[in-house]
Amino acid sequence: MLITLTKAIASFDIPADWIGIRAVKETSTTRSVRDGLPQVNGKSFTIGAMLEVLVNGCLGYAATNSLELSSLQAAAQTAYNQALAASEWWIHTFRESERPKVVGEYKSPFIEPLDALSPGEINDLLVRICQTLKVDDKIVQTIAGASTIERESWFVSSNGSEVYQKILSISTHYGATAQDGKVVQQRSNNGSQANCYQGGLELLKQENLWYRVRQIGEQAVELLTAEECPTTRTNLVLAPDQMMLQIHESVGHPLEIDRILGDERNYAGGSFVNKSDFGNLVYGSPLMNITFDPTVAGEFASYGFDDTGAVATREYLVKEGVLQRGLGSLESQARAGVPGVACARASSWNRPAIDRMGNLNLEPLNATFEDIIGGIEHGVYMESNRSWSIDDRRYKFQFGCEYAKLIENGKLTKTLRNPNYRATTPEFWHSLIQVGNAENWQMYGTPYCGKGEPNQTIWVGHGSPVCVFANVEVFGGGS
Amino acid sequence: MKIEELSALELSFNRLIETLLIKKAENEQFTVRLSSERSQFTRFNHAKVRQTGCVADGWIELTLMAGQRSSVRQFPFTGNWEIDWQLAYPALQELRDELILLPIDSYLVLPSGTNTSREGHSGNLLAEKAVVPSVLEQVAELDFTGIYAGGIVIKAYGDSNGQKHWFANDSFTLDYSLFSNSGQAVKGTFAGNDWDKSAYIAKISEAKKQLELLARPVKELPRGQYKTYFAPAAVADLLLMLSWGAISEADIQQGNSALAALSRQEKQLSTAFSLKENFQRGLVPRFNELGEMAAPELPVIEKGRLVNTLVNSRTAKEYQKIANGANGSETLRAPEVSPGNLVFEQILPKLDTGLYLSNLHYLNWSDRHTGRITGMTRYACFWVENGEIIAPIENLRFDESLYRFWGENLVDLTDFQEFIPEVGTYESRQLGGSLVPGMLVEDFTYTL
Repeated sequence: MLITLTKAIASFDIPADWIGIRAVKETSTTRSVRDGLPQVNGKSFTIGAMLEVLVNGCLGYAATNSLELSSLQAAAQTAYNQALAASEWWIHTFRESERPKVVGEYKSPFIEPLDALSPGEINDLLVRICQTLKVDDKIVQTIAGASTIERESWFVSSNGSEVYQKILSISTHYGATAQDGKVVQQRSNNGSQANCYQGGLELLKQENLWYRVRQIGEQAVELLTAEECPTTRTNLVLAPDQMMLQIHESVGHPLEIDRILGDERNYAGGSFVNKSDFGNLVYGSPLMNITFDPTVAGEFASYGFDDTGAVATREYLVKEGVLQRGLGSLESQARAGVPGVACARASSWNRPAIDRMGNLNLEPLNATFEDIIGGIEHGVYMESNRSWSIDDRRYKFQFGCEYAKLIENGKLTKTLRNPNYRATTPEFWHSLIQVGNAENWQMYGTPYCGKGEPNQTIWVGHGSPVCVFANVEVFGGGS
Repeated sequence: MKIEELSALELSFNRLIETLLIKKAENEQFTVRLSSERSQFTRFNHAKVRQTGCVADGWIELTLMAGQRSSVRQFPFTGNWEIDWQLAYPALQELRDELILLPIDSYLVLPSGTNTSREGHSGNLLAEKAVVPSVLEQVAELDFTGIYAGGIVIKAYGDSNGQKHWFANDSFTLDYSLFSNSGQAVKGTFAGNDWDKSAYIAKISEAKKQLELLARPVKELPRGQYKTYFAPAAVADLLLMLSWGAISEADIQQGNSALAALSRQEKQLSTAFSLKENFQRGLVPRFNELGEMAAPELPVIEKGRLVNTLVNSRTAKEYQKIANGANGSETLRAPEVSPGNLVFEQILPKLDTGLYLSNLHYLNWSDRHTGRITGMTRYACFWVENGEIIAPIENLRFDESLYRFWGENLVDLTDFQEFIPEVGTYESRQLGGSLVPGMLVEDFTYTL
């Protein structure tokens, strides 16, 4: 493919300063079961190419789902025409240095190939998960699903880039709904679609799978008679499967430089962070260390190169509470004049690359889970996101979880249902008073991070230990 | 897209159906869905171009059914028969091999209807080269941001029972925001099949007037309950929540619905609130994933009572209901909320003192089973005193139950409706939109 695409560029008869082609081929499978009955069995295949042409500092693009040479040539001409038509109104003069020459490859680690089990065997496993979730007659619905993706991409350019990346990933999800009269509660494995990783089919059966499945069913029933989460201000302890969402929404998105530059203001929004804040802003407490890390083996958004050819490296975004750099591609760095990372990514061949999070992780410190709970006189411990909402500047948020426990005198006591909390981003991160250690650090991910015009959903990974936040407003459900 | 390209796509699609009919075994049935588009996407920021390009995309979704089992394959569709059949035929064979491995699907629905339709909406869109100057010349002095998306969108369907549908729409949407120096913004959408320059100029002029109001110092309000007017775009945002775990019959049956209490008739909404599906504007296809045609109109909530949920054939089979042509996910496709009695001139006097909200942002269920929704105010939201706009507000978070704001606290709906176009472009350009009035609500709860 690399040779074919390079030859295609050589055949283009357009007076461009730079030309790039990013081809993507992706095969994904989705299988889901509800109450032991099949719901979806499907495989999706897509292939296509995004062509970018730089003319007088303007970048035009054209995407096509035909890789015939004639189609690529026509797309290159279209991209050229787009750049020319916009040249009088272009926002920033881009240079070839924002598309550096790069050669290399990246492949996801895996043990078992994605076809190691037949569709029938995967369905059998999902049916058995549903059966095991139904621990009680009050369980009125059980669901289980698994998705796999094999994505290959090739990037070549007129200045000699040749990059090949192959990503294998698996997402699994299961959960139960329990009902007793008007009371309905749902519990799932770490929240909706949170178990997303790079790797092979070995990830389908995680350690303690059957213990965990049964626990999810039991906790759904347990929530039916649980007390409502109290309305109060207290110590809030968040499990890693909720920290994932917290990091994503209130650190990741506000640090995207394209948002700070205003590109996203019409859709996803802007940011409360300004360009002048990098290197200066005290974002949170000194316990807060957040890295952009595409090098973590098996994390959902690991990669070797971004979609414009920038080499991906681990970088601190926030170190000991102080903002260091933003989530900005080479293009955004050139426009904003602030340090960024290799984060220009596109959801597929049919969308242009924009600033994206990749893997964003809160680094562990030294507290065991027992230390954390044991040191709290009163608080609430919450797991697994179920509701999320934050304003366009990423400032005022409200999140809800599936499952909670009251903390009294250093112990987890009563189960609580409908737990929610709200705060503003700076106030919240400044209230971080304890960070767990490597033993309770866990990583999750989501395939559903939405952003961009035209819209794109992309995959991100987030790792975190258990964390404690002081004096947070928590509350329960409606009536 | 040129006429000949469109014609080639339709010919290739028809040939695919005909060939699959020949290739299918006697015990097999299939459905085929086509989604295709040729779109220009031009993105703006600070009244400049940030990204601009064209996307030629298309895919087929082939579902094969046999022995009470089914599976799906999705693959690219280019309109070039040689390429397309090279992808379609292996997909058919792979589906055959897979079906025998899958569990029995007790609620599988086979295509059975005899519907056919063919609908085309031609457009008079801006030429590719004209998009940037036509949009930006009117806003060159403003902080303008947003996206122009235009071109042809095709949705088509065919099956082994002989049903066939073709829907092509040549249209554009311009979704934009105008920002003031203080960071406040006015939101606008301009959409249709024909680019009407004078209508666009009028829209921008109207937005400029709102920008002047936004120049006033921002008022920060304490949390609490305020009488609130929701402009049609804000009502459309709230309405969309009904497509996410509310109006679907399957959601009600499976314990996932915010409207369960309404369904059980334990609660009811205001008699002023009525909602229906209305396909008569012709902006979205009426056919669903099984080729079934929805009725031109379907009342959903009448005078506060739930009279119909959205029921697709699979749900109908599982729960012994009557299907009403709903799509696979049982979401609203052409919603219309009936108007009320509040005339435009009376909006501010009737509001008297409270909040005027033009738009909302990032809605989610905070407690789905009690119908409680949280979200944020966004764009051109004002504090009103004694019937006069006083100041733009600092954005507020709300958390409120739909049983209150469409129930006992609904004062009135406006006597006019606005069409709020769907501007989403996830996967592909979305079609249609919501026809909604504005609404006035007592004691809406703001929390942060």
